[in-house]
Amino acid sequence: MTVAQQPEALNFECETGNYHTFCPISCVAWLYQKIEDSFFLVIGTKTCGYFLQNAMGVMIFAEPRYAMAELEEGDISAQLNDYEELKRLCEQIKRDRNPSVIVWIGTCTTEIIKMDLEGLAPKLEGEIGIPIVVARANGLDYAFTQGEDTVLAAMANRCPSQAPVTENEKSDRNAIQKLLNFGKKKEEVIQEESEYVDHPPLVLFGSLPDPVVTQLTLELKKQGIKVSGWLPAKRFTELPVLEEGYYVAGVNPFLSRTATTLMRRRKCKLIGAPFPIGPDGTRAWIEKICSVFGITPKGLEEREAQIWANLEDYVKLIRGKSVFFMGDNLLEVSLARFLVRCGMTVHEVGIPYMDKRYQAAELAMLEKACQEMGVPLPKIVEKPDNYNQVQRIYDLKPDLVITGMAHANPLEARGINTKWSVEFTFAQIHGFSNARDILELVTRPLRRNNNLKDLGWDKLVREEAKI
Amino acid sequence: MKLAYWMYAGPAHIGTLRIASSFKNVHAIMHAPLGDDYFNVMRSMLSRERDFTPVTTSVVDRNVLARGSQEKVVDNITRKDAEEHPDLIVLTPTCTSSILQEDLHNFVERARIEAKGDVLLADVNHYRANELQAGDRTLHQIVQFYIEKARKKGELPTTKTEKPSVNIIGISTLGFHNNHDCTELKKLMGDLGIEVNAVIPEGASVHELKNLPKAWFNLVPYRELGLMTANYLKTEFGTPCIDITPMGVVETARCIRKIQQVINEQGANVDYEEYINEQTLYVSQAAWFSRSIDCQNLTGKKAVVFGDNTHAAAITKILSREMGIHVVWAGTYCKYDADWFREQVSEYCDEVLITDDHGAIGDAIARVEPSAIFGTQMERHVGKRLDIPCGVIAAPIHVQNFPIGYKPFLGYEGTNQITDLIYNSFTLGMEDHLLEIFGGHDTKEVITKGISAESDLNWTKDGLAELNKIPGFVRGKVKRNTEKFARDRGFKDISAEVLYAAKEAVGA
Repeated sequence: MTVAQQPEALNFECETGNYHTFCPISCVAWLYQKIEDSFFLVIGTKTCGYFLQNAMGVMIFAEPRYAMAELEEGDISAQLNDYEELKRLCEQIKRDRNPSVIVWIGTCTTEIIKMDLEGLAPKLEGEIGIPIVVARANGLDYAFTQGEDTVLAAMANRCPSQAPVTENEKSDRNAIQKLLNFGKKKEEVIQEESEYVDHPPLVLFGSLPDPVVTQLTLELKKQGIKVSGWLPAKRFTELPVLEEGYYVAGVNPFLSRTATTLMRRRKCKLIGAPFPIGPDGTRAWIEKICSVFGITPKGLEEREAQIWANLEDYVKLIRGKSVFFMGDNLLEVSLARFLVRCGMTVHEVGIPYMDKRYQAAELAMLEKACQEMGVPLPKIVEKPDNYNQVQRIYDLKPDLVITGMAHANPLEARGINTKWSVEFTFAQIHGFSNARDILELVTRPLRRNNNLKDLGWDKLVREEAKI
Repeated sequence: MKLAYWMYAGPAHIGTLRIASSFKNVHAIMHAPLGDDYFNVMRSMLSRERDFTPVTTSVVDRNVLARGSQEKVVDNITRKDAEEHPDLIVLTPTCTSSILQEDLHNFVERARIEAKGDVLLADVNHYRANELQAGDRTLHQIVQFYIEKARKKGELPTTKTEKPSVNIIGISTLGFHNNHDCTELKKLMGDLGIEVNAVIPEGASVHELKNLPKAWFNLVPYRELGLMTANYLKTEFGTPCIDITPMGVVETARCIRKIQQVINEQGANVDYEEYINEQTLYVSQAAWFSRSIDCQNLTGKKAVVFGDNTHAAAITKILSREMGIHVVWAGTYCKYDADWFREQVSEYCDEVLITDDHGAIGDAIARVEPSAIFGTQMERHVGKRLDIPCGVIAAPIHVQNFPIGYKPFLGYEGTNQITDLIYNSFTLGMEDHLLEIFGGHDTKEVITKGISAESDLNWTKDGLAELNKIPGFVRGKVKRNTEKFARDRGFKDISAEVLYAAKEAVGA
């Protein structure tokens, strides 16, 4: 590919913020499944409820452990007492579901009417005897996956600050470890301990499906690194211990508030690494953690090479092709970096919010990947404007646009390949083993095209599109 | 505050957006926080729209909260006006903007000065109206605006069309089978020799609205959408309104007879009796079905019906009056229009249920144990849990309720479709029941090829735990692949690590 001008550094822009994304309250969809003893109460209006109901599709029918506290006119005009109303609902939840924690999700409406959720929660907590965690995951401040960030930041304050030490299990560091060792003989536990290098405790943060948690934990175990806990754990009652001086590392690029909370409030040390997305990212992530603990990583280079070799059939399909991220879930930089490594050119990385400090290592890695692969550096557009982006897409004619569902079908009808971005948030994309799943998603439209290529049905709108 | 998991009708702004985006070249701008534009996703996914949904957001963020929208809304309106030249921009308030109490009216006034197209503020209160009421209101508002505009300019036509003609009012985007119904109604009008003067709002241009008075009468097929508009046109121009939903054989005939009466009063001199007879007896299969042995077997079977007013009422009448099925209860979530529903179905069911609480409906279904349910997607899922078949007859609906094939609910072809829907629901129930009595399908045991489920390999505790996390439908395959991998490499124990190594090796 011909490169007219090769910018030296990444170019950051900021547009109008007129873009489509999911409301951050959508995080309840995956978090209530992750934290098995939780109940999520979204305090908002019919609009919030309608969004959740439609966005979660079939999940809504599975008796989810979440509900709306639907505000009525009396709540807005303060004719009803917030505290009494919330107490009534939370008592009902306690009666029907008996969760170990109730998470209140504050919404735009509670912000505007200034409902003091943080103030009400401790009082009510004392009264009903169930911890209440408050997360303000609203559309005024945040986009989509940042919802998880606000919840985890609130949870970080609930992590025990000292390991519970019992008489006969003094060697156990925390509850997680107890669970992992459950059913094992003492000697086995001690023998297992010896598989690890002696390093300060490491806690990872970010909600991932359990199989991915296991995979990444095992990946670190191979290097002799022990994961002392995950934020969040499978159950609220198993939140990891966080003592001053513990090391923490993020697994997702949208967790900047959580990282800040862990550093400032819990006095933990953040390992700033690229995120374990793609084999390159996973290797860099592990290497960075190893380097902090003074461990020389073993066998990572071969491991990465072997994964790349396994991916070749998919990489072949996208090598030399171009991609455009419209931006809606903050995974964009990591995915762009991985796709550059696959041989793609990235035109634009749209992103709702760019924390240059939290993502520093990832951004550096993207820059390096572009230079090494000899492709131009992409433009990073924060708070993009979807209308302008569609005009740019018409001009650039990318081979693939990664976008929300609002634009996917209209772009497809105009002969532009799309991949629905939300799938990247719900698919398993972390670690070495799941790199193939990312490419499975990315190549799907291209494989579809290969199947349909002789039909000549590319453009399916009558006149050349106005937006 | 109300604890809620599920709602039948959406928030008010959805109704407004459905009307605005049904029209051609009308753009809606929501005054809403980021993420409230979920309507675009629904329209693009459910009705597989090829075009961009003409809805954008003037985003309410922290700054707006602190200082007000100021120029933002006006700028967004004039920008959209310049970019796409819509005929009309509808500024749409949401729950957020109704508590911010910004003077949206003023924004609209100011934007009108610069914009080339028209600008309207949807007059809808989020806390008082739901999706259906807001849709009805917005359609009325737009029609009234363009009628008055034409009147001021002296462009309002004063005469009726030469031949009998009709406005079909209430066909909209994301409406349940609306596009198929529209085609069927047009065909029916064609058969009756009636010209279709206008169909609104779906596919209509706002410039056509001034021609609405030319029609001899208005047909409002759905109870929920269009009545306000039709009543307005009746008051202004004396245009008669027919609000009989032509769903089911009897109601279709009643609708046609009413049309006959209305146009004969205006001097048409038509007699549709022959047509009704021919269609009922030979074109629609529904009347014949009622006589057939199949339908005889359904006599007295218990059913329950739940949905919006239009569909729940019509289906209740069809089940009871045309098929001899015992409707134990019929219900609606249109609480605001409950009296109408009661009056329509009271004589066709034992009990009437007016609620929008899906829990109460689930309980009422469990209590009655009907042979079939006719309801929304929610009732379909209740049916799944209770092992009772369900035919979906009303919104809320999923993508499978936007079929590509021709499936109207209205008119004579509609009667055929409904017959299939009802009969298939009941026979599936019968089949299941018989299977249970006779011990199920004999092919239930899956015959596995190659590596059998029993093996000499040992799955460790963690390996087994990981395996159990894999979704059931692929678990067998993963197990076989992993064991093959382990055997090839001479592993005796299969741990989680081996499982994932195998996953990488086969590249799945």
